[in-house]
Amino acid sequence: MQTRKKYIFLTFLASWLLLFLFGGDQLRRFAFFSGRKAEARRNWPHWTDRSLLKSFADAEELQRDGDPSLLSPRERRAAWLSVYRSSRCRMETCFDFSRCEKHGFKVFTYPQERGQPVSETYGKILSSIERSRYHTADPEEACLFVLSIDTLDRDHLSGQYVRNVDEKIRGFPLWNGGRNHLIFNLYSGTWPDYAGDLGFDIGQAILAKASFDTESFRPGFDVSIPLFSKGHPQRGGDRGWLYQDSVPPKKKYLLVFKGKRYLTGIGSSTRNALHHIHNGKDIISLTTCKHGKDWEKHKDTRCDKDNIDYERFDYQELLHNSTFCIVPRGRRLGSFRFLEALQAACIPVLLSDGWELPFAEAIDWGKAAVVGSERLLLQIPSAVRCIHPERVLAFQQQTQFLWDAYFSSVDKIVHTTLEIIKDRLSPHRSRSRFVWNALPGGLLVLPDFSTHLGDFPFYYLQRGYSPSKKFTAFIRAVSQAGSLSQSILRLIQAVSASQYCAQIVVLWSCEKPPPPSRKWPQTMVPLTIIQGRRQLSDRFFPFEAIQTDAVLSLDDDTSLSTSEVDFAFLVWRSFPERIVGFPTQSHFWDPEQGRWGYTSRWTNELSIVLTAAAFYHRYYHSLFTEYLPAGLRELVDGLAACEDILMNVLVAAVTKLPPIKVTQRKQNKEAVAQQAECRDGAAGTPPPGQRSPSAPHSAPAKAKGTAGSRRFSQRQGCLNRLADWFGYMPLVSSQLRLDPVLFKDQVSVLRKKYPSLEK
Amino acid sequence: IMCASAKYNTRGPALIPRMKTKHRIYYITLFSIVLLGLIATGMFQFWPHSIESSSDWTVEKRSVHDVPVVKLPADSPIPERGDLSCRMHTCFDVYRCGFNPKNKIKVYIYSLKKYVDEYGTSVSNTISREYNELLMAISDSEFYTDDVNRACLFVPSIDVLNQNALRIKETAQALAQLSRWDRGTNHLLFNMLPGGPPDYNTALDVPRDRALLAGGGFSTWTYRQGYDVSIPVYSPLSGEVDLPERGPGPRRYFILSSQMALHPEYRLELEALQAENGESVLILDKCTNLSDGVPAVRKRCYKNQVFDYPQVLQESTFCIVLRGARLGQAVLSDVLQAGCVPVIIADSYILPFSEVLDWKRASVVIPEEKMPEMYSILQSIPQRQIEEMQRQARWFWEAYFRSMKAIALATLQIINDRIYPYAAISYEEWNDPPAVKWSSVSNPLFLPLIPPQSQGFTAVVLTYDRVESLFRVITEVSKVPSLSKLLVVWNNQNKNPPEDSLWPKIRVPLKVVRTAENKLSNRFFPYDEIETEAVLAIDDDIIMLTSDELQFGYEVWREFPDRLVGYPGRLHLWDHEMNKWKYESEWTNEVSMVLTGAAFYHKYFNYLYTYKMPGDIKNWVDAHMNCEDIAMNFLVANVTGKSVIKVTPRKKFKCPECTAIDGLSLDQTHMVERSECINKFASVFGTMPLKVVEHRADPVLYKDDFPEKLKSFPNIGSL
Repeated sequence: MQTRKKYIFLTFLASWLLLFLFGGDQLRRFAFFSGRKAEARRNWPHWTDRSLLKSFADAEELQRDGDPSLLSPRERRAAWLSVYRSSRCRMETCFDFSRCEKHGFKVFTYPQERGQPVSETYGKILSSIERSRYHTADPEEACLFVLSIDTLDRDHLSGQYVRNVDEKIRGFPLWNGGRNHLIFNLYSGTWPDYAGDLGFDIGQAILAKASFDTESFRPGFDVSIPLFSKGHPQRGGDRGWLYQDSVPPKKKYLLVFKGKRYLTGIGSSTRNALHHIHNGKDIISLTTCKHGKDWEKHKDTRCDKDNIDYERFDYQELLHNSTFCIVPRGRRLGSFRFLEALQAACIPVLLSDGWELPFAEAIDWGKAAVVGSERLLLQIPSAVRCIHPERVLAFQQQTQFLWDAYFSSVDKIVHTTLEIIKDRLSPHRSRSRFVWNALPGGLLVLPDFSTHLGDFPFYYLQRGYSPSKKFTAFIRAVSQAGSLSQSILRLIQAVSASQYCAQIVVLWSCEKPPPPSRKWPQTMVPLTIIQGRRQLSDRFFPFEAIQTDAVLSLDDDTSLSTSEVDFAFLVWRSFPERIVGFPTQSHFWDPEQGRWGYTSRWTNELSIVLTAAAFYHRYYHSLFTEYLPAGLRELVDGLAACEDILMNVLVAAVTKLPPIKVTQRKQNKEAVAQQAECRDGAAGTPPPGQRSPSAPHSAPAKAKGTAGSRRFSQRQGCLNRLADWFGYMPLVSSQLRLDPVLFKDQVSVLRKKYPSLEK
Repeated sequence: IMCASAKYNTRGPALIPRMKTKHRIYYITLFSIVLLGLIATGMFQFWPHSIESSSDWTVEKRSVHDVPVVKLPADSPIPERGDLSCRMHTCFDVYRCGFNPKNKIKVYIYSLKKYVDEYGTSVSNTISREYNELLMAISDSEFYTDDVNRACLFVPSIDVLNQNALRIKETAQALAQLSRWDRGTNHLLFNMLPGGPPDYNTALDVPRDRALLAGGGFSTWTYRQGYDVSIPVYSPLSGEVDLPERGPGPRRYFILSSQMALHPEYRLELEALQAENGESVLILDKCTNLSDGVPAVRKRCYKNQVFDYPQVLQESTFCIVLRGARLGQAVLSDVLQAGCVPVIIADSYILPFSEVLDWKRASVVIPEEKMPEMYSILQSIPQRQIEEMQRQARWFWEAYFRSMKAIALATLQIINDRIYPYAAISYEEWNDPPAVKWSSVSNPLFLPLIPPQSQGFTAVVLTYDRVESLFRVITEVSKVPSLSKLLVVWNNQNKNPPEDSLWPKIRVPLKVVRTAENKLSNRFFPYDEIETEAVLAIDDDIIMLTSDELQFGYEVWREFPDRLVGYPGRLHLWDHEMNKWKYESEWTNEVSMVLTGAAFYHKYFNYLYTYKMPGDIKNWVDAHMNCEDIAMNFLVANVTGKSVIKVTPRKKFKCPECTAIDGLSLDQTHMVERSECINKFASVFGTMPLKVVEHRADPVLYKDDFPEKLKSFPNIGSL
């Protein structure tokens, strides 16, 4: 048996060998035959004379495109104005830019008329505008007008439908054919077709509407807004539901839907099909026929079983436990579901053909949602299954960022609408798409500050920039007029000795003029003196004199050494978007009083870094002055306190991160501010050197007597008012302090770079 | 379901089951294969031409003039005019595209024909050089199919790039008789010069029904957003002239205008600009007295000065691109090629590929009404931004303008992204020039979240056989309040882990996983048992860390969940003598790495380490049984761009065994090996991602003069 096998084997081998020798060429062809076949697809031919082909246009024709005898540009633009109106409006034809030139982008809201109640939601929209920094009460200044007539619900079967809008509008002297007007709308049209009709002529007004369809949307002119419910908060707003980043996403379900199934009418074809993808395991798609009064009339065979299944699952539970959520069209294109899914970090799978997505002019929805096609519903399960886990994680995070940046409150939705319109006024000073779609979001990035991304503290890593290698020391001086205190002189010396110091700017905030330049110490770095107003908020004004990214904010009685400054600056370079500083305080929730408490005692946590000695990015000066409404700065100036709390709250609201405390030398107590201040209460913060470790349970600032406790209660009150204005408490606590690597280690002092910090 | 994505195993590679052989079947198979081989070979010996005739189809030698002629009867049907309300969901048949694992649309090209009218007069030039290049590019691309039945998109070979070169009605008739025309559904036409005198429409005038139009020079009124694609007007100079990229830095002129046939009204405005701002503005025009043979298109003149075009564009910071009769101008391509920032003055113009390209980063758009303010607007742009825009402009040209191929592929990709949006190319991929892609990071954990404390962390202990020491570690770690689970990775295949009863009794679940091979990378495997975000990797001999120290480490990690948070720090240095990287141990003022003998990090990095580690690093580490921690440090720094966080004063892990051996020599070989790792990894990553910092994290009240019992973390160990 064995030998026979061998023989057979050998014979085969020999015959193969022979075949290769004699028929090798053919055999190789044979081997590659299948490959050849694929290769031999009929490609576009390589013409023999392709080099002789003529160009599609000769160079002369391309370069001399234009016939000077044509219509002049000015005439053409004038002609456009008459042709491209109403449904073909664009900013260049229907918007009067000249109204915005003198006073900038100002928004006027018509005064409320008596006997003309507006819905709660429209009231919120109006008050959002009034709360914004663009609001003006003077129609002469205004660039944009918003009606006081409630136009949100234009379904004429609805109770909130306002009649005779056309007549009313025509009575307004400012209407002007709708020019420079902005009209908000959430619901338009009615049963059965729910068309986009508003029931009145909007003329040349910009329409900010939910459920916009791409066909009636005037690109670059209208704004698509999300549909939001009556309970949507005015400001602040709940945070998103994503608390952890898991890979792969640890959710019970892959894809869910729970909602109505329309038996007839518009939108029913999509909703009627949804049950097909239900698999009872990781894909849950539940529909009910119960809606409207006469659903039983149209009832089909599935209804009864569906209705039973429907009750078995809870909508909220599904929302929380699914990776993807189907957001199909309803009767209208948009639905509440969209924002609900976004907040829940349940990646929206949109099945709403022809929907102009909310704020799509700014927001790149491809990063946060799966834009499906109603016609391809059955492909959705396999499509979402194939999305990589990393991409799912990125999607989830993006939903949370977008929710928090643009949607979580009426304020944010309205302000986003306004900023999008404002950006159109001067395209060269507007936000790029990148800014809108990266943290911290477009609302917090002011193009008036700069259009270069490297000038902001947020994009260093994403764009490969690095923060400037030097800082500006910015000292607010309030000391006795005429002479310079010892402490400010010492401070200037210490700071100017830092190798990273580029310049010193002194903000002179006293009534008396600053001492002549010869009285100021000689420093290696340029020293600039700015005569400031006496307002406290002035210290965060974006002064032109500040040339570096980093600002070291100081009070004139702060005591710091050069190595403290050096170390803190290096730390700041690692955390350029945060406040990095020395003395800290913290906030806490006081359940007994039902309000926020504030403490300057030594604690294991910190959430506020005093700006009497802190590094931060100079952009925060601009945000403080330009972004915050004047009311908040007036609050600070009126109290003559807590400007530093406001700054901390602002930065925390932007970054969602705590500030950073760095090592501070122990203070010798002689440097206490004995100098009388030029105005009572002008210094907002207690001098950092002064704080002694008080026992944690003693009454706050007891030792300092009534003045101290008054300031304390002022600061606490201020903190609560800020939390109220923001709609939530932005401050975030931290439990750590950053020290030099060898800090207080038992090794030779000679090894240490910052030995003096340990004294 | 077929996914393009790789499916990840949850536990190492599976064993391949051994095949059972059946002798008889084996022989029969072998025999028949050989027999078949013999027959087949024999057949081809005698019939050799069968292969040749079919394979040589591709290398067909033909001239464009040899193509079939099609006569169009005068009364052949004409398609409807373009439908302005068309959108993908109304006019496009997605069912033709279908779901496929590659997420690529299939594009079919009609074969070339020559169309003539009833009298035999040709309808247009058969095909232009550019359109031939475009079709060739599609045909060579991944999108192409020669099977008309599998196609999702159809591209006619009828050349409509230039409307002036064709007869409108007859071209439309030619389109209508295409075999799959069906009212133009899923047909894509490319046009660069639309309209004609006197009113110059901004879209192709050829009636085309539902066909998609990739057009140069759309206005906002003719462009169907999300349906049409706005493309550039190709400049043939791109192929003829080689303009090397110019570095940043000042250029001779601030603003330059190079267009020849500007409307007098514009020219007046430009001249006013020049009069106001002097030398920094250069307004060129055509040359009037050029000697014969010099092509007028390659020269520009200002008074008597003659400049070379397009070279002169490189001399200016900003270059004006004004609309002519049409909105789209070929000069835009030249300007981008020169790395000059285009100042686009063409109201209502839809910029090329604006669906995906962020033109604000590469150009300045100025409304026509604001032309007089142009100078001040441009001056307000920061210098650094100008340099970036110049780079961006050049990049746009290189990627999307430089050839017909680039234009064709970008167009198809845009349509592809609409049909498979979940596989679409991202904003960054479209817009970031390679230099930015290289120097920037996109942190996978970008959302600033502070994970809830209640989640706790999972301790992962890698062990081989030091059971006694392991049990001590388990007991110690179990004292940390936030520990939620303990996972022992048993890396010894020759020995079974101790029986259940022998393990220390601890308050949290303890799981043992056994590995298939003794590999270091097993410690970084994303085990399903790890249910928390936070992972504490800890060696089986780390017993010196106090509970406070570990708990504090976890709290710090919560504040920096995207970083490695560890105890002893290490540093890399550049050795100027040896010209390579060097590993540095304790007692430095700086850190750039932490040891993973005890370190907190996000579970996501386990996933990255196991599946996305670049190059052969993972195998290299397993082969050398060293440096897995350095690899992890590289990986995390590379993907986040951030430094590590060293916590507490701890500088080294003392292990009892280490002292037994000659400390010094061991130390030196150790350092050499570790330095080698750093150099190896830096070369694989192609960069040195590690970031050096001078800080460490301590509890807020660390070493402060304050009662110890009131501190949250009083018991922080020493060195």
